[in-house]
Amino acid sequence: MSTTKKLVLVGNGMAGIRTIEHILKLAPHAYEITVFGAEPHPNYNRIMLSSVLAGGTTIEDIVINEWSWYEDNGIRVYPGDPVVQIDAERKEVVSQNGVRASYDELIMATGSQAFILPLPGANKEGVIGFRDIKDCETMMEASQKYRKAAVIGGGLLGLEAARGLLNLGMDVTVIHINGHLMDRNLDLPAGLMLQRELEEQGMKFLLNKHTEEITGKQRVKAIRFTDQTVLEADLVVMAVGIRPQIELARNTGLDVNRGVIVDDYMHTSIPGISAVGECAEHRGIAYGLVAPLYEQGMVLAKRLAGAATEGYEGSVTSTKLKVSGVDVFSAGQFKDAADTRSIRIQDDVDGVYKKMVIKDGQLIGAVLFGDTTDGASLFSLIKSGENISGREKEILLGVPSGGSGSGPSVAERMASMPDDEIVCGCNGVTKASIGDAVLNKGCNTLGAIKSCTKASASCGGCKPIIENLLTYYAGDNVGEQTKEGICGCTSYDRDEIVAQIKEMGLKNVKEVMNVLGWNEPEGCSKCRPSLNYYLGMIWPAEYTDERVSKFTNERYHANIQKDGTYSVIPRIYGGVTSPAELIKIATVAEKYDVPLVKFTGGQRLDLLGVQKENLPKIWEELDMPSGFGYGKALRTVKTCVGNTFCRFGTQDSIEMGIRLEKKLDKMVAPAKVKLAVSGCPRNCAEATIKDLGVVAIDGAWEIHVGGNAGVKVRAAELLCTVKTDAEVEEWTYSYLQYYRENAKWNERTAAWIERVGLDHVKEALADRDVRLALVERLEVTLGHTVDPWKEIIEDEKLRKNFTPLSGAEPVTH
Amino acid sequence: MNKFRIGHVADIDEKGARTFLVQDTEIAVFKLSDGSLHAVENRCPHKGGKLSEGMVCGTAVHCPLHDWKIDLRNGKVQEPDEGCLNTYKTEVDGNSGEIYITIAG
Ligand SMILES: Cc1cc2nc3c(=O)[nH]c(=O)nc-3n(C[C@H](O)[C@H](O)[C@H](O)COP(=O)(O)OP(=O)(O)OC[C@H]3O[C@@H](n4cnc5c(N)ncnc54)[C@H](O)[C@@H]3O)c2cc1C
Ligand code: SF4
Ligand code: FES
Repeated sequence: MSTTKKLVLVGNGMAGIRTIEHILKLAPHAYEITVFGAEPHPNYNRIMLSSVLAGGTTIEDIVINEWSWYEDNGIRVYPGDPVVQIDAERKEVVSQNGVRASYDELIMATGSQAFILPLPGANKEGVIGFRDIKDCETMMEASQKYRKAAVIGGGLLGLEAARGLLNLGMDVTVIHINGHLMDRNLDLPAGLMLQRELEEQGMKFLLNKHTEEITGKQRVKAIRFTDQTVLEADLVVMAVGIRPQIELARNTGLDVNRGVIVDDYMHTSIPGISAVGECAEHRGIAYGLVAPLYEQGMVLAKRLAGAATEGYEGSVTSTKLKVSGVDVFSAGQFKDAADTRSIRIQDDVDGVYKKMVIKDGQLIGAVLFGDTTDGASLFSLIKSGENISGREKEILLGVPSGGSGSGPSVAERMASMPDDEIVCGCNGVTKASIGDAVLNKGCNTLGAIKSCTKASASCGGCKPIIENLLTYYAGDNVGEQTKEGICGCTSYDRDEIVAQIKEMGLKNVKEVMNVLGWNEPEGCSKCRPSLNYYLGMIWPAEYTDERVSKFTNERYHANIQKDGTYSVIPRIYGGVTSPAELIKIATVAEKYDVPLVKFTGGQRLDLLGVQKENLPKIWEELDMPSGFGYGKALRTVKTCVGNTFCRFGTQDSIEMGIRLEKKLDKMVAPAKVKLAVSGCPRNCAEATIKDLGVVAIDGAWEIHVGGNAGVKVRAAELLCTVKTDAEVEEWTYSYLQYYRENAKWNERTAAWIERVGLDHVKEALADRDVRLALVERLEVTLGHTVDPWKEIIEDEKLRKNFTPLSGAEPVTH
Repeated sequence: MNKFRIGHVADIDEKGARTFLVQDTEIAVFKLSDGSLHAVENRCPHKGGKLSEGMVCGTAVHCPLHDWKIDLRNGKVQEPDEGCLNTYKTEVDGNSGEIYITIAG
């Protein structure tokens, strides 16, 4: 039997675990593996922290390997327990908690730390870096309590942090030492265009500023600059660079410079110890991006697995800013020098800038702003080093290359790309795995490749290359990217349908299906309810709601339970009831033997387990305004006590809640809508996880939107702060109507806001006349609604459907 | 063979259903948009959902609990799900509009 060797990994991050993944593939049983990680989390995609902060994803979503992965692969893991000592003589490591592990092979993959400028006051509370989940959480928490954020550093990371803080509702100023943003990746024109774009998004900038001191008692209050100007800030994020984490390596006696010095095979100066990732320095460079680290990891994995490999020779890197609404790409050497020539296009009208830097006929760098679609192909030209003389303009201007004799065609370039070259840096997908997906797993569209390999599923920068590879591997078999409509019955999407309904004046569900050529003559349970909604939203006065196109819950205004019974929830405005009302509810519940009476999460009483035939009787006897307890409609407006009784209350949250609920109580919407009103920032009504939450502050109201506490918890974002009650109503109604008019059927406000962006909504509602027009349209709609329960009680034809047929009589013959 | 009179065509709305009990079995009669009537056992083969409460699209009903799609003409569950449920023969007296249903066994 072969003896398994012991492998210890120090650092549970992206590069280290990537290496382990490869070793497991190449030599599954060669090592007994132990991993130490300073962070308490499983291995996660650090790149995506920017998206977490910006609200696009959750921390759970960015985990790459769950704890079960470690278990399944027999890996012992010590999370939250950093290695504090390495004894290279005895080949043993010791962790902070005193765990000892001996090794035959040790991998250092300790990554970097955010570099915190050694300024007076830099240790104050509220001064952080942007590196890990903890930093991300600190920022999210701070945004709940504080308003003013400063980001020191106008590079990639700083701008991503700033964008996230803006999304969290903070007032953000970016301080940069240079005269233009992202100066390490962009030249002046691109930097200026970027600044203009971000300013439009609400970011503020202080350029050419040197920070001197951070002031405040315990927590930061302000930043003072060398020119003696001062900026107030309750949160300071330093994003001025990273420092390889090499203290442990230095104490172990490894040769270090900026990082741990490694050769082309990731050997350090001590046998048995390798280093990979941001902590390593190869040929004088410590990389700070994932793609090169993965390439290093591949070489190291092959060596440790005993597979043949060429050495790592360094990488050309490219960067992309992952900030919503701004496309920036930069690769290689983008600055002009005496021996370089460049071509650039600057179009300030459309906000597009493109630049190629050429040296000795080869492309060595590129900058793209505004339109980055060519990024991937330029990057592959840079890496291939081929001669582009004579084709420069064609490449930059995007004229189809059409196999001009002077250089390799796209297919030739794809063919010459090495199999283990990483084409998707975010997810570490190689050319070979794309080939495998196309040739062996039947993927013949970009979408299929994406779901099979995850390539281009994160930032999307590699999409063009993946498309080229798809054509290269699949040839004529490339599938049609089928266009997805709202359901299988049509290829039209929501916006197209709504536009056609308006344009052609379509007035009922059947007509829409006929005119737009539905595949199924009567549609399905997905499109029918959505068409019914869109028609009602567009023609509030003329359209008659089509009951048979509604889901049971909305047809009966009661929730169907798993045993076929229903539940009844009388409306209790703002959660305020009276003894008389309670007695009435209790009497009815007793009379009809309601098996379960329960408070809902929205301050109402739920009578559960009601037989269908009893529904109309119960509604009748309750005689309370009802319905919409389970529909895609306004559910409840939760309120706290507010200044009526509470000693902290600054405003009357109860009154406001009731007012909003009374106004909106029959409003249907693309999805359910929940509101809440709190009387002070203590926020007892939990208004910031509602579709719309109103929170009183001293002398004003804040309106938060897009929150959700369901499947995917999402904190609401601040839409605006207003002074008067009337303004609260104006903003609330116009916001809700804007959502009603623009969201897809079944799309909750949280998902909708994430799709269109808060800025878009703010912009749409900025003009008071527009808001008033929206409010008016909502009022017209509400004017045509009726209490659906009353309607059923009063109409025999509707009511009959609640009872069984009177009984089957046998017929004899 | 047992034949029952269960009601009148006007008792059932288009794209709607009514139910009745025969020998402890709950049966749902649906009226499609072409006016035809179809009777099936009122229990979804998945988890017993009451199909009479579902949405009728063409010749199929979508179960209100988990959206299984069932063809009312033959009781077959449509892909991707599988299963089948009992169907019953219905007849309508052209003059009186009475609905008759035949239950085997
Ligand atoms: C917000 C953000 C956005 C980014 N965006 C991009 C991007 O768009 N594209 C890109 O290519 N790159 C991006 N990066 C950089 C990328 O995340 C890093 O290059 C990559 O994570 C480095 O991998 P690593 O394994 O070397 O280090 P890490 O992933 O940092 O892992 C090192 C781990 O080792 C742990 N550790 C340290 N010391 C010890 C010890 N003594 N014992 C045990 N554990 C220890 C650390 O806690 C850490 O968990 C981004 C980084 C951040 C922070
Ligand atoms: S949110 Fe404020 S006003 Fe309302 S109950 Fe809580 S503490 Fe009192
Ligand atoms: S019970 Fe009918 S689909 Fe589940």
